[in-house]
Amino acid sequence: MLRIPCPYCGLRDEPEFTFGGPAHVARPPLTADDATWTDYLFGRDNPAGAHFERWSHAYGCGQWFNMVRNTLTHEIVAVYAMGEPKPTLSSS
Amino acid sequence: MIKPKTGPYRLTQGGQIDRTRTIPFRFNNETYTGNAGDTLASALLANGVRTVSRSFKFHRPRGMFSCGMEEPNGLLQVGTGPRATPSARAPFVELTPNLEAFSQSGWPGVAFDVGRALDFTAPMWAAGFYNKTFIWPNWHTYEAAIRRMAGLGKAPTEPDPDRYEVRNLHCDVLVIGAGVTGLKAALEAAHAGARVVLVEQDRLLGGQALWDGSVVESSPATDWIGARTHELDELPGVTLLRRTTAVGCYDHNVLALSERNHPPRAGMPRERYWIARAGRVVLATGAIEQPLIFGHNDRPGIMLAGAIRQYLLRYGVAPGRRVLLAANNESVYGLAKELKEAGVKVLGVVDSRHDVPEATRAAMQSLSIEISLGSIPVDTAGFSALRSVTVGRLSNDGRRINSTQTLECDALAVSGGWSPNLHLFAQAGGKLAYDPVSGSLQPTAPHPSIEIEIAGSAALAIPIGPRVSPVGNTRRQWVDLLHDVTVADLELALRENYTSVEHVKRYTTVGMAADQGKTSAAATLGILARIRGIPAAELGHTTLRPPFTPVTLGAIAGRDIGERYAPSRLLPIHAWHARHGALVRDFAGWQRPVAYMESGESREMATLREARSVRAACGLFDASPLGKIEVQGPDALEFLDRFYINDLKTLQPGRVRYGLMLRETGAIFDDGTVVMLAPGHFLITTTSGNAERVYAWLEEWRQCEWPRLRVAITAVTEQWATISLAGPRARAILSKLDSSIDLTRSEFPHLTMRTGRLLNLPTRIYRVSFTGELTYEINVPAAAGPRLWEALLEAGAPEELKPLGLDALLQLRLEKGFLHVGTETDATTVPADVGWGKVAAQKASDFVGKRSLALPENLRSDRLQLVGLTMEPGRIFVVGSHLRLADSRDPSDGWITSAGTMASTGDPIALAMLRAGHQQIGTEVTVQDGDAVTHARVVSPPFFDKSGGRMHA
Repeated sequence: MLRIPCPYCGLRDEPEFTFGGPAHVARPPLTADDATWTDYLFGRDNPAGAHFERWSHAYGCGQWFNMVRNTLTHEIVAVYAMGEPKPTLSSS
Repeated sequence: MIKPKTGPYRLTQGGQIDRTRTIPFRFNNETYTGNAGDTLASALLANGVRTVSRSFKFHRPRGMFSCGMEEPNGLLQVGTGPRATPSARAPFVELTPNLEAFSQSGWPGVAFDVGRALDFTAPMWAAGFYNKTFIWPNWHTYEAAIRRMAGLGKAPTEPDPDRYEVRNLHCDVLVIGAGVTGLKAALEAAHAGARVVLVEQDRLLGGQALWDGSVVESSPATDWIGARTHELDELPGVTLLRRTTAVGCYDHNVLALSERNHPPRAGMPRERYWIARAGRVVLATGAIEQPLIFGHNDRPGIMLAGAIRQYLLRYGVAPGRRVLLAANNESVYGLAKELKEAGVKVLGVVDSRHDVPEATRAAMQSLSIEISLGSIPVDTAGFSALRSVTVGRLSNDGRRINSTQTLECDALAVSGGWSPNLHLFAQAGGKLAYDPVSGSLQPTAPHPSIEIEIAGSAALAIPIGPRVSPVGNTRRQWVDLLHDVTVADLELALRENYTSVEHVKRYTTVGMAADQGKTSAAATLGILARIRGIPAAELGHTTLRPPFTPVTLGAIAGRDIGERYAPSRLLPIHAWHARHGALVRDFAGWQRPVAYMESGESREMATLREARSVRAACGLFDASPLGKIEVQGPDALEFLDRFYINDLKTLQPGRVRYGLMLRETGAIFDDGTVVMLAPGHFLITTTSGNAERVYAWLEEWRQCEWPRLRVAITAVTEQWATISLAGPRARAILSKLDSSIDLTRSEFPHLTMRTGRLLNLPTRIYRVSFTGELTYEINVPAAAGPRLWEALLEAGAPEELKPLGLDALLQLRLEKGFLHVGTETDATTVPADVGWGKVAAQKASDFVGKRSLALPENLRSDRLQLVGLTMEPGRIFVVGSHLRLADSRDPSDGWITSAGTMASTGDPIALAMLRAGHQQIGTEVTVQDGDAVTHARVVSPPFFDKSGGRMHA
């Protein structure tokens, strides 16, 4: 069980949250071709390391926010508000 | 007066048992006596009960091997009836008066076991035997008998009368293990002001120091422990958990602890499962002693040296009359001295190392205890208990034995090294590697993401000499006692090319028993490395998984059983339904009536009666779980319009639009209605099952994708009781109630909504219909629901107005062919499949899912499409039956999604998704339900009132 630092409520247990998949996925316009649209629907990166993703504090404040989590160690590297740009991470 | 000794192996003095208090207990139906302070294991040993079980495969006699939770042989059934505990570890069962314990293996008994014959067929049971034998006709023919022979504990069959609890705790420092190291760590943290939790699996704090006579900070250990315990008890912010094992370490310093409340006290839970969130963790868990590997190393009387020491010093029990010690490290010499001082005959110490420290040599000499250096046991004898040990002198390179000597003894203390107890460190991702100097797994780096410190003897790497006899029949050298796995099994696995540790583990089952390899993993790695000729560190190791020791399932469930298993939601009118004989079932958490059975009626009879009443006159349905969401703001229309396939911009006040919402893949997500209450203020309804999902969906898009739209979303599902009055007499009945709303047809047509007052309550009334009849869907504040319900029933009494349940509702909607999202549709169904393709295509502006509708897959002409089915009366359609078109080459062209009968005629009807169904109207299809094959006609729904005139009344 992860302990997730909600930017509005503080450190809470994982079951209070809903995972929302990758962050910063731009929604293509109606004019996009089939390949672009299908990639938007189903194409996902699967990095071994830093993953930029969305979470919602569904059983708390109900707010969506962004998180950077290391998929190998579950270390939570960064948490930032929905709508903010991707933070630059120090290389380690 | 000298109290009689409790057992022939109880020493007259020494140990921390109370010799003035005796405790009677029964084992395998024989009565014995122990003392207060005994465990079941120590009491059995004191009484000379050597054989307590039969081994898993070969049914060899086995005795107590250890004094801890790593015990592989002393797994006994304790208690009878619903409170019985199977596979209880005898060293952890505190002796209580009249305790009843039983062996779990051996027939007719553990002393004489017919199954022992299997020992003589041992080659048949080599690793992977189930892939090579017992194959014809198939494994399952033999499986039941083989499992029965293995001898496993019996789970109680009656409901558990005890209570369990799950508790949560938060702390700054979690210290696991209350030996001297743990006590010191807890005190240091507590004095620094931290919230500390100290966890100890024993009933007493202090660990080994409690009984080994050591001195701590110039005090006798027992005094020091007593003072520190008192100090911890007094400090605020310190929690002491005794009889508690830390069983799991998860991400982010979350640990699971299993607390046993024993002996059981009335009114207290039997066990507690703690979920602990710690700032940091201190592992003061000590180390687990490992055995030596040699021929017939599994006989009763062969025990870990540290265990013999604890039975001696803590429980006052001698391991036998003539004791031999065999080791490959320094730790046994203290035991040799203690045994001698207790008056037990010590034959000598066999040490596989070629040298010992001078001080040790001198100490043993002063006690006249002989040391045989460079020697290791190679074999033992004794049918059901140890009688003699053959010791061999190792050649200089350790590969051969130069000479042997046989010594008669009834107890053999073995010490093959020490494995630090690092389970919890490894469970959550800490890396370990085999260290050849200590023959143990050692941490290679700090944990990558958890703050966990390893302290005390868990942080030691004690050097060892040879551990495995180089000679002898490897089929009789045991590595894993619990699963009866021998060195020969490891050799076989490697010969058959299962070379990775993961493959060897699964092929031989070594380390897979309930002890998770606590006394076998280290030796296994050393042996595999030797046979393969590579350094053991290159082998890696198998994954250590929680729980560290078995946990009672009931403890994990805690109080969330029975009625508390899942939260249940009651309708505002629930009390009335319950009082009037409603059959209530769970639908997405809501307890809803499925039918109101009158005397003598079955569920089906009630459903038919209710459905017919609605068509004939009127019925009353509780629709309160219907999802209701208000969307307000200057951009509310723009926002909502982006979710529906319908163009909402043409919506007029007071008019109801039925709409479909899609997922981004184009699949139908939900259906419901949209109403404009006022400019910038909309009210939408959703299916009952999706009420929360649609709300979350709207919020997700608002917050993440369109945060600049000015809109506020409020879920009001539970704020309103929703009652449907449906049937030709609905208007007549509703008119009798005092209201501000004009119910005439011209003023209040179908698919409109009116607000006002009803019975002097605020009300929102829709004219929408799921049954196909004239329907008023009336919303009043939830608390007033029961009052409206009863008022309607009273007003409708002359018309025999009665309630209908979900079964009848769904029956009526089936006749009308109305969409039931989730029944006809699945995650691939797009609007065109169910007849809504034109509406979606006509909307020019973007909405969620629109782009996907143009993908080639969603435009194919052979997609599954919604159709109706009819067939000869007298048969029934079965949901899930597969359909085949006349000229089909595919095994399936679709399936039946809903099935039932016409309320009026009883004829069978069904809805189905059929390949290119819209082109198949009027044709015949084959219906396959298992082996039963029938034929049906494809029709266009609805089956009843095709013009839809009845709901427009």
